Amino acid sequence: MLTAQFLYGGAGLALFVLGLWSFLVHEPLLRKIIALNITGAGVFHVLIAIAYRGDAAPPDPVPHALVLTGIVVAVSATALALMLGARLQDAEDEDRSR
Amino acid sequence: MSDPLMTAPLVLCIALPLLGALLVTALPRWSVSLGIVSALATAGAAVALTAAVWQQGTLHLILGGWDATLAIALHADGLAAALILMVNLVGLGISVYATDYFHDRLRVGAFWPLWLLLWAALNGLFLAGDLFNLYVMLELLGIAAAALGALTGNRDAVAANLRYLLVGLLGSISYLLGVALLYTAHGTLDLGLVAQRIAAAPELFAVDAAAMTLMVAGLALKAALFPLHFWLPPAHANAPAPVSAALSALVVKAAFYLILRLWLDLFWPITGMAAAMLLASLGAVAIVWGSWRALRAERLKLLAAYSTVAQIGYLFLFLPLLTATPPGPARDDLLAALLLMALTHGFAKAGFFLAAGLVQTHAGHDRIDDLGGTAQRLPATTFAIAMAGSALIGLPPSGSFIGKWLLMQSAIATGQWWWVVVVTTGSLLASAYVFRVLSRAFGLEPTPVRFVTDARAEVPALTLALVSVAVLGLASGPLWRLLELGSAGGGA
Repeated sequence: MLTAQFLYGGAGLALFVLGLWSFLVHEPLLRKIIALNITGAGVFHVLIAIAYRGDAAPPDPVPHALVLTGIVVAVSATALALMLGARLQDAEDEDRSR
Repeated sequence: MSDPLMTAPLVLCIALPLLGALLVTALPRWSVSLGIVSALATAGAAVALTAAVWQQGTLHLILGGWDATLAIALHADGLAAALILMVNLVGLGISVYATDYFHDRLRVGAFWPLWLLLWAALNGLFLAGDLFNLYVMLELLGIAAAALGALTGNRDAVAANLRYLLVGLLGSISYLLGVALLYTAHGTLDLGLVAQRIAAAPELFAVDAAAMTLMVAGLALKAALFPLHFWLPPAHANAPAPVSAALSALVVKAAFYLILRLWLDLFWPITGMAAAMLLASLGAVAIVWGSWRALRAERLKLLAAYSTVAQIGYLFLFLPLLTATPPGPARDDLLAALLLMALTHGFAKAGFFLAAGLVQTHAGHDRIDDLGGTAQRLPATTFAIAMAGSALIGLPPSGSFIGKWLLMQSAIATGQWWWVVVVTTGSLLASAYVFRVLSRAFGLEPTPVRFVTDARAEVPALTLALVSVAVLGLASGPLWRLLELGSAGGGA
């Protein structure tokens, strides 16, 4: 089962790198926000993989708690970013219609 | 340690602004009076906290009586106490100023909850004793700061602060991955325990170094270290004046504080000269580049924002000097000088931005070349800008004069003379940009009779600027004692 843990953790790191790359390379706001969320999901993957302590033992609850908190933070931050993005879009539409 | 009267300020510093944020949200009609009461109470708690650290040394509190590996720990040493005191006094000044700054209902209703949340996050960040709570506070800080910065609602401000939010999120995620790596290697999040285990397990160097790189890089993005500073000038220059003051004087400083904390307490066994030199070189470029852009800036608030990029650079110069100096009085002096620079910049930049905001309100713009008459009609404000400016340059008797003096002394003592050139160049450029503003203030207009025009807005700016010059410069002795008390738990 150790390989599964490595696979999961490794996939998390790969997601982190992919998200980072996408965030830096792509200009449109929506892609940047999605990229950030993928980066975050990568870190959460790593944390979930850490929690595994063998089949006999229950998983470590601390990383799970971190992931839960992290998800809440990511949702609120995404909401604020989308809101600011919508405000910006409105301002641009107004400029164009003038 | 367990005396509840002594540890109460630890909790109150975070709980009071949080409670205030709830109250102003629930009762928007009373937001200004409730906001100012919360500000006073929070500042009072911070003074009590500093007094408690002064009397007792490092304070440590484990909330709810849980085991140290699970609990939320609050921790205040001399370094944290000094910064908390600065942040809360500046915060009080900004609050008084803000009572008179926002006039339309919507902005007043949005400013106070966000500002008190930001304040709670700042205090939480200085007091958090474990890696994950630091992450939560960082995120809370970033979200509140970006929302506050976009408060004017105009397009430039929204665009700049959206970028600020996204960049800040990237920084926090990078930090969080570092935390995950540290937890994998050491099985705990408590700062003290992780520090012990890093020192005890040199075989885990590779993991620790990777974690350090991720965390410091993420935080350097938030601290706007060159070349990661690109988001700062537009975000700070387009925010409303009280918010600019908070962002430039306090929020950026919090990210730097965290880098310093990790560097000194956590990663001390594995930080090498190469990493310190790299960060300091970036700091050196930040000093020259930021000061140069400040000199060329057309708008007063943009000038102040670029000057922040430069001033953050000075703080990074201390890292290789700290690495090269063995523990002892010389190193204590260096740490005190670093703290003095950070505190002086906090007071001075807040005073500068508040005064600049007042000039902008009176003139209707902040183009430096056209400010002549307006500045002259506001003598107290111009005086505040001059005082804050002299602290930014590092003229005696300001706190940054002593800070720069000790910095240069240590650079020569450790054979790193090239930093002296950087500091001198930065100071010369700083005098050029400060005098460029001041030269506009003495035009042909008749000098007004009244010194103070608008007390609620001018007195906070003037007080903060005066503290940065007079109090920190002439009475900086207590800082040494405060640091001595705190260094028992951390550092080398």
